[in-house]
Amino acid sequence: MNEHLLSMHDLTAEDVVRILDTAESFREVGSRVIKKVPALRGRTVVNFFMENSTRTRISFELAAKRLSADVINFSAGGSSVSKGESLKDTALTLQAMGADAIVIRHSSSGSPLQLTRWVDGHVLNAGDGTHEHPTQALLDLYTMREKLGRLEGLRAAIVGDVMHSRVARSLTFGLVKMGAEVTLVGPPTLIPPDAPAWGAQVSYDIDGLLPKLDVCYVLRVQKERQRLEFFPSVREYARLFGLTSARAATLPEQALIMHPGPMNRGVEIDSDVADKPESVIEEQVTNGIAIRMALLYLLVGGSGDGESA
Amino acid sequence: MNERIVFEQARVIDPILGADEVRDVVVADGQIAGPEASDGAQRIDARGLVLAPGLVDLHTHLREPGEEHKETIVTGTRAAAAGGFTAVAAMANTVPVTDHAAIVHEVRDLAAAAGSCDVFPVGAITKGLAGESLAEMGEMVDAGVRVFSDDGRCVPSARLLRSALVYAKAFPVEVVLADHAEDAALVEGGQMHEGLQSYSLGLAGRPAEAEEIAVARDLALARATGGRLHLCHLSGARSVELVRRAKAEGVRVTAEVTPHHLAFTDADLATYDTSKKMNPPLRTAEDRDALRSGLADGTIDVVATDHAPHAVEEKDMEFDLAPPGTIGLETALAAVLTYLVHPGVLSLARAIEALSTAPAVILHATGHGGPIEVGQPANLVVFDPSEEWLVEPPFVSKARNSAFTGQRLQGRVRFTVLRGSLTVADGKPTR
Repeated sequence: MNEHLLSMHDLTAEDVVRILDTAESFREVGSRVIKKVPALRGRTVVNFFMENSTRTRISFELAAKRLSADVINFSAGGSSVSKGESLKDTALTLQAMGADAIVIRHSSSGSPLQLTRWVDGHVLNAGDGTHEHPTQALLDLYTMREKLGRLEGLRAAIVGDVMHSRVARSLTFGLVKMGAEVTLVGPPTLIPPDAPAWGAQVSYDIDGLLPKLDVCYVLRVQKERQRLEFFPSVREYARLFGLTSARAATLPEQALIMHPGPMNRGVEIDSDVADKPESVIEEQVTNGIAIRMALLYLLVGGSGDGESA
Repeated sequence: MNERIVFEQARVIDPILGADEVRDVVVADGQIAGPEASDGAQRIDARGLVLAPGLVDLHTHLREPGEEHKETIVTGTRAAAAGGFTAVAAMANTVPVTDHAAIVHEVRDLAAAAGSCDVFPVGAITKGLAGESLAEMGEMVDAGVRVFSDDGRCVPSARLLRSALVYAKAFPVEVVLADHAEDAALVEGGQMHEGLQSYSLGLAGRPAEAEEIAVARDLALARATGGRLHLCHLSGARSVELVRRAKAEGVRVTAEVTPHHLAFTDADLATYDTSKKMNPPLRTAEDRDALRSGLADGTIDVVATDHAPHAVEEKDMEFDLAPPGTIGLETALAAVLTYLVHPGVLSLARAIEALSTAPAVILHATGHGGPIEVGQPANLVVFDPSEEWLVEPPFVSKARNSAFTGQRLQGRVRFTVLRGSLTVADGKPTR
């Protein structure tokens, strides 16, 4: 595996399988009374969150703590960053403190890659701008494989604002890498016209697609996109592309309904649909911890004298 | 200062005279002189070197007054000399804006005191570059300004640009209106060329049609008014085609292209290298090739650097927060030689024409751009066309944001002569 995890392009299909298999062995830890292994004892993991996040930050924090690492949470508000310190100077500070791994969430695309130029530790991209969110894609792949038994040949649709979604990018790259068929669906203003170059198909017809799917992955609608004239109104979006109960009923029986959260119930997904048994949105969250444990273990634990799990 | 120099057996390229010949060139009393003036002169062996009219840059940001932390007139003109330039046009986006005669005089006086390179200040088209009302062009014309531009911003309203094109006819000399042609609404928030690369990198796009639309608008206005238009730093294939057609129809337009748009594409942004972030953005290989052929066939008249220095800490930022622009004075000649002349896309004479003679005419830079004839001011560049060098900081410029950093380029300036004095000797600035 690469030294860092910045993009799904950093991983081979074999790497992905190894990460999912490792996560499998870590998931059991979460069901113990004492949810901890000593794999990263004495290692320092910095959660460097320059953009608001609840679930990803908590997930990484829990993952690192369950591996017995020392965890520092560093976020934009109340830090030197709010006093105008640059990303580079903040990175050099973290470097001087001896961080073994830096988990970065940032509103600017490419900032995790830039960070690798300034620090020696392993960098994990926890979401950068409208670029990528590889740990989300990996936990989604984990969830699909667990529920459906395979990734190769799966027919998946990613529905919504693909243009501005880091989740959609990473998941598309990941699914294509693993041999799944990916169709990107949404308003044409929000689907990159060059998406076929990623190995994905493009469709604007959600109703024709749903009966053929194994996975329907619904993206969050950013309401500010309406202001920028990508679609006329949230109401119209829900009417044309929302996963309503009526639409969800046309999915095949075993098909999964997924969402990276946080959801806008009643906009991109009906509340009833989100709460259906086919919806695995809560499991996605649980699996996220195991995936992040696996990544920290494989990147940090594998690179020194860390004890094995 | 009145040095006497003989460049012995140089390959003399002069686009005006159509000359390409090996001979001695004598410089005395600030001028090109005949062989009789060579007695007691400093003799420089120029075998294997090219001697040409000093380069002229139609598009330089010197940053002074106001942003001296990025560049000063002293450092910027020294960088220009190092790159073989004897004259540069200093863009108007200074602080305060060069929209009145006092700043024009200040910039020219500071440059004269520095002595590295002649500086021709560009005047703003609109007051404060605000795009709302015309600057007092007449006062600036009297102060010697011949090119006006709101560069960095597209003149936002067709009505305003039309007015400027018409109004400029009042002046007894030809005045050029130079536009940064990109439709503002389409590029708002954009970080790079819109296309597969921007979608994959998750960076907001500046679509090629933003330039195409603005170029078409500007050409329509120039055609309708008979005004004299210049288009800054073309970046897209369709823009080149529009200019080609407009020229065929007799529209009074000239156009420029930068070395970086001739060398790179949007694929070079895969590492989020902020020194390759610029406006207009680097586009596709197809666009780059259209720019190359447009320059070769004369559709594009001029190679201009758009030298845009920024402080290190300003460029060492997240990609979307870093300011656009690359420095270019020290690499322009070598980039054109490496990417165009050596591969056979452009003749050496056409390269010199685009880097010197053509911009000198547009700028009314009398005494620059040739001809290399007895009695003419000695503004010259002497370069080794094949010397290879690695582009890396530090630069003569105060800034380090070069898109060419890490590139091995072929062609290096050995001497620059400004009115008979060496501003660069053996590759080193003398001022």
